[in-house]
Amino acid sequence: MALLEVKDLKVRVEEREILHGLTLTVNEGEIHAIMGPNGSGKSTLSHVIAGKPGYEVTDGQILFKGEDLLEMSPDERAAKGVFLAFQYPVEIPGVATMTFLRTALNAQRKARGESEYSTPDFLKKVREVSKSLNIPQDMLKRGVNVGFSGGEKKRNEVLQMALFEPSLCILDEMDSGLDIDALRIAADGVNALHSPKRAMVVITHYQRLLNYIVPDFVHVMSKGRVVKSGGKELALELEESGYAQFEDAA
Amino acid sequence: MPAVQETVERVKRIDVDQYRYGFETQIESDKAPKGLSEDTVRFISEKKNEPAWMLQWRLEAYRRWLTMTEPTWARVDYPKIDFQDLYYYAAPKPKKTVTSLDEIDPEILKTYEKLGIPLREVAMLEGVEPKPGEEDPARRKIAVDAVFDSVSVATTFKAELKKAGVIFMPISEAIREHPELVQKYLGSVVPTSDNFYATLNSAVFSDGSFVYVPPGVRCPMELSTYFRINERNTGQFERTLIIADKGSYVSYLEGCTAPQRDENQLHAAVVELVAHDDAEIKYSTVQNWYPGNSEGKGGIYNFVTKRGDCRGNNSKISWTQVETGSAITWKYPSCILRGDNSRGEFYSIAISNGFQQVDSGTKMIHLGKNTSSRIISKGIAAGKSQNTYRGLVTAHRKATGARNFTACDSLLIGDKCGAHTVPYIEAKNSSATFEHEATTSKISEDVLFYCIQRGLTQEEAVGLVVNGFVKDVLQQLPMEFAVEAQKLISISLEGSVG
Repeated sequence: MALLEVKDLKVRVEEREILHGLTLTVNEGEIHAIMGPNGSGKSTLSHVIAGKPGYEVTDGQILFKGEDLLEMSPDERAAKGVFLAFQYPVEIPGVATMTFLRTALNAQRKARGESEYSTPDFLKKVREVSKSLNIPQDMLKRGVNVGFSGGEKKRNEVLQMALFEPSLCILDEMDSGLDIDALRIAADGVNALHSPKRAMVVITHYQRLLNYIVPDFVHVMSKGRVVKSGGKELALELEESGYAQFEDAA
Repeated sequence: MPAVQETVERVKRIDVDQYRYGFETQIESDKAPKGLSEDTVRFISEKKNEPAWMLQWRLEAYRRWLTMTEPTWARVDYPKIDFQDLYYYAAPKPKKTVTSLDEIDPEILKTYEKLGIPLREVAMLEGVEPKPGEEDPARRKIAVDAVFDSVSVATTFKAELKKAGVIFMPISEAIREHPELVQKYLGSVVPTSDNFYATLNSAVFSDGSFVYVPPGVRCPMELSTYFRINERNTGQFERTLIIADKGSYVSYLEGCTAPQRDENQLHAAVVELVAHDDAEIKYSTVQNWYPGNSEGKGGIYNFVTKRGDCRGNNSKISWTQVETGSAITWKYPSCILRGDNSRGEFYSIAISNGFQQVDSGTKMIHLGKNTSSRIISKGIAAGKSQNTYRGLVTAHRKATGARNFTACDSLLIGDKCGAHTVPYIEAKNSSATFEHEATTSKISEDVLFYCIQRGLTQEEAVGLVVNGFVKDVLQQLPMEFAVEAQKLISISLEGSVG
């Protein structure tokens, strides 16, 4: 059984159709890159999978581990193992990162019927994980993303990914706002989390990110559809010839 | 559906009727005849066995009140109150003198138990002191004065406080037992002529708490009063007077609840604080009066005058309040910074939901040299509520070197509520430094979705964001109150979001 199956998905935002029948299958352990120009529907796809309000699914379905994802609330999806790394992680003033991590992790565990972490157990775990990702303890004491640099915000996303251990990670334009060094650090974090049980869907404009996170499959989106799929060489091809050829095709 | 839209939908269906403290206690009570006249004032004074000077004081206030009119400047809207249609005194029967908890009506004890307020001094039985190092700091001893309708029903830990020289008793008792202190201080901060509601209170107040901390004494435990309005159509007019003598310290907590009723109940309290040289008073309130139902019916009208006088040099008064209840709140805990180098603080969280109307803030009146004050106000409006911060910071001509810092932040949940900030600033000398910051923000859909994507439910997400918003103020509360307040904030906003 596939981990994620998106079948003929049609999505509207305020009466305007954004996705016109999109199909995508992701198996455990695979890394998929989704590329395409602005407005092709890449971010919409990630939002609909995560369950962001404001999108109307008019047709098609999304199965996650064989279950109908569209029937679940966004927090239920998170507890089932869907993780979205945001393009622009928000700031939450007054809420310490540590508090946020513990609240979220325990909420997910509770939803799955698992026991909640005690404070010492949680601290131990978070220290382990942040150490392996080279994240300073000081960052955990600050308000969630408050005053974080672009790179720190993305590392905070990777930290959460490592802590929550999701089976599907969707990385929405992870490279935006990052210089090359910050990009490498974030990508190293992601690569460290890749496992035979965990799939990644990497959404990006540019081939550059794929030098660091090497995909098994590349899909090109244009005007709300996947117009071409292939191996990692497809990304290089795009880098040379641009998206224009696909816009005509769509 | 976008989260904010969903929030609005949920707010429409809001069930304020979930008020946890809405139960009523079935006990017989002894009431004054309905309505207000000189006879009512005499009746109350007689019930309380008061000396002649006290009756005289009340009658003067009553006569003054007859000449006054209700203030209308606050941003609150309610039908005119018929002051003749109220009971001004209600005491639980039997009304014999209570000397120990065993003589208190068990129904009343049950009421306080339901509210989670321990009136039994369990830990304090003679010789059952906790072993050293065993005391759980979160379960520190707190002395409680419980006020039920118009009378104080129990005050705990009196003996232990007495050992330290601290007087903590119902004010009705203090009038009889410590007349010299009461006469010296009562009305010295909030004069009988102060304002419509304070004057009314002066005429008809029935009970409340009295605290005197002698020079150099650090009060060995938190003092607290729990106010409960039970009777129908009964106004509660309590009077609290706290005096911290030279170099002393006291921390005082106040909690309030009431049953659910269709009609509005009036609560018009007066609190006076006096801090002498080098003394400090910390006064915290968690106000959770019944806010009215989902149609805006019922709820407490809370018209309260609270004022502290930093009378001595280097004295300090700090107000912390968490306001979640009442249909209407009209309340401005203030500090008169009379002594040189004195300091006033006001930390406030005011949450309004449903049809609640809040007009609250503070006054910092700088009279002494090098006085300083700090105001941190957090207003949260949800549902169809209106939430106003109204504050005055003023420096007298002689208050050289006065300093104030004010930060007023408002958070809106949904789009049918309102937040307003009305600051008044007056500096009458050129050496005063006043800073004012204000922000208004809406709880953003993106922030909520971020939290929910990480596994929090919508309500947990709102709770987390709001608790982050009010963190600076929560930190000012004594620990056991902070936990309670945090829960209360979540409960008050329950149903305000989808």
